[in-house]
Amino acid sequence: MTVATVPDMNPPRRKSFYKRNEIALTPWLFLTPGILFFAVYVIIPIFQSFNLSLYAWDGLGEARYVGMANYQELMTDRAFEVSLWNNVKWLAFYLLAIPAGLFIALFLNQTVVGIRLYKSLFFFPFVISQVVVGLVFAWFYNPSFGLLNTALGWIGLGPINVLGDPTMVTYGIIAAGLWPQTAYCMILYLTGLNAVDPEQIEAGRLDGAKGFRMLWHIILPQLKPATFICFVVTIIGALRSFDLISIMTNGGPFGSSRVLSFYMFEKALSEYGFRMGYGAAIAVVLFLIMLVFIAYFLWSMFREERGH
Amino acid sequence: MHSMLKASIAALATTAVLAGGALADGHGEKLSGDLKIFLDTSNPAPRATMEDMIARFAEMHPDLNIETTVIDREAYKTQIRNFLTANAPDVATWYAANRMTPYVSAGLFEDVSDLWAEEDIATNLASTKGAMTIDDKQWGVPYTYYQWGIYYREDIFNELGLEEPTTWEQEKANCQVILDSGRKCYTIGSKFLWTAGGWFDYLNMRTNGFDFHMELARGEVPWTDDRVRATFANWRELIDMGAFIDNHQSYSWQEALPFMVRGEATAYLMGNFSVAQFREAGLTEDQLDFYQFPAITEGLELAENAPTDTFHIPANAENKDNARAFLRFVVSADNQTLINNGENLGQLPVNASSSVDNDEFLNQGFEMLSSNSPGGVAQFFDRDFPAEMAAEAMQGLQEFMVFPDNLDDILNRLESVRQRVY
Repeated sequence: MTVATVPDMNPPRRKSFYKRNEIALTPWLFLTPGILFFAVYVIIPIFQSFNLSLYAWDGLGEARYVGMANYQELMTDRAFEVSLWNNVKWLAFYLLAIPAGLFIALFLNQTVVGIRLYKSLFFFPFVISQVVVGLVFAWFYNPSFGLLNTALGWIGLGPINVLGDPTMVTYGIIAAGLWPQTAYCMILYLTGLNAVDPEQIEAGRLDGAKGFRMLWHIILPQLKPATFICFVVTIIGALRSFDLISIMTNGGPFGSSRVLSFYMFEKALSEYGFRMGYGAAIAVVLFLIMLVFIAYFLWSMFREERGH
Repeated sequence: MHSMLKASIAALATTAVLAGGALADGHGEKLSGDLKIFLDTSNPAPRATMEDMIARFAEMHPDLNIETTVIDREAYKTQIRNFLTANAPDVATWYAANRMTPYVSAGLFEDVSDLWAEEDIATNLASTKGAMTIDDKQWGVPYTYYQWGIYYREDIFNELGLEEPTTWEQEKANCQVILDSGRKCYTIGSKFLWTAGGWFDYLNMRTNGFDFHMELARGEVPWTDDRVRATFANWRELIDMGAFIDNHQSYSWQEALPFMVRGEATAYLMGNFSVAQFREAGLTEDQLDFYQFPAITEGLELAENAPTDTFHIPANAENKDNARAFLRFVVSADNQTLINNGENLGQLPVNASSSVDNDEFLNQGFEMLSSNSPGGVAQFFDRDFPAEMAAEAMQGLQEFMVFPDNLDDILNRLESVRQRVY
């Protein structure tokens, strides 16, 4: 019954491999699941898209290698040109959310009775779904019963059909998008304003700064982190605008409100689409545009960290 | 007599078993095993009809384990690509004509020519055989179809002293009277584009005939052809008159209904599914009526749009014999009479031995399609034209309706698409 236990005569002189490299390995062990998922769901698909954009494929049959033909077609595709320009419009005008958000934040940054209620009312559009925002604005613009035309009628202006006019439609959708985006920037600035140093304001006041000079030289520099985040979320929001377009116009009239992401969806995944290669080529272009901004953001964050 | 019939069915069944190892007609033997059915009939009424039909089939075959999945109609159009390849059901709904082509050429639909060779189906379903045929083989069976045409406000026509027009001249003269009375002639909502495709279908079939329309659909005629321009010239006459409601590019087809219900527009070129909507909106039998799209070019045979909805067996299905029995049941005369009556789908039965429900519009549609459409029966713009061509073209049609002056530009664009697609 008794089992003779032989004492270990040769205790390991060296620690195990893991023990020796614990400090270096552990972070990687913790990172592995994240890296794995990120690779499978983000990094690898990016390269797959690059690859797919060189093929003609309908999603069912055999993929046929066509080289750069998809990109050549993009160069002459007028719908692509329209979408690209609309993306530029989105980038430019969506940024209006930042000054608008700052203005509302400054306006709400005071202590009166019920200010919390007002703040939450201003924040409300960001809480509701983009789809609901799109529907509300589509009704607002509706040429037969929309509030906009009724209001224009009061001041004697003729009825306009914002979402049916190819020159106005993109601006109309951007205006709808600005509503929640302004609220988002506002909340970012409101938290930023909480962190503004009262002593610096005091010092500024002693030196005679007030009004706009106070804002520009004392407040804004302290809000720089908030501004940076606002900029990032707004640029990304502008580039991935999709749901509003889909809800409000479905890309129309005759494709004049499409942006690249919507055009990609139409070509690759919608009812009449299934040109996977062509869609992938559009996605690659969109990716390259985004890359410019993302690289800039990463670079400035990197610089920031080194500075401290 | 009765026993003779039974005997012949039994004989048929035996030959079928001998020939292909297939189980015989649903009436003869009880089926067992599984049957997986995918449906796109997600709207409440068609859904109930389908579920009831499947329940009746299940009653006939108590040992059969039927599993039904209803998928949202729009989502179905993209999901079908996945489930046909990966996890195929035994029966799936889809649409006739060119909409089948991608799946037929990818080998994802089962060839069911054997069903069409059976006498019962061959004789009774002859009228829709063309729409189910690609490469001389049949790839599914229809279960319902419906007519298109002009639905109009009968009371307003009476008030203005108008008659149902049969020629293009009358149509335009009527329209002028309607416009003078402060109304629009036609309501349309072109936000989702396909409604404009319906107008093009009819104008082109009436101007140039069914055969030309199909040549255009097959890509054999350039879009810049003078005959296509003639179609657009006829369309332009209506547009220049101001016949269509304003801002139609902002409305869906449902959002365009109120214009007719309120009497601001008098007619709607639409499929028969709109009748239910009109009735629900409060139009009575005295207010709503239907006429066939009038002739334009004299002496040309009239042709109609009658989109057909279909059942198919995926090539990767596991229980193809059960699926075939189900398809036989779907197209059988009694079942067709029942599922297409006014309380169910409210559409036309595909089986010639079925009876059409006693409904004003179904009767008119049935008569029109069976006796007054000698030119042929088209499916619909986005079902006859290849998907990519249809998508570009319908966008061009919408643009034409808003900016008719852009016609040359639109046609050149469509022509370059045609050269790439076909």
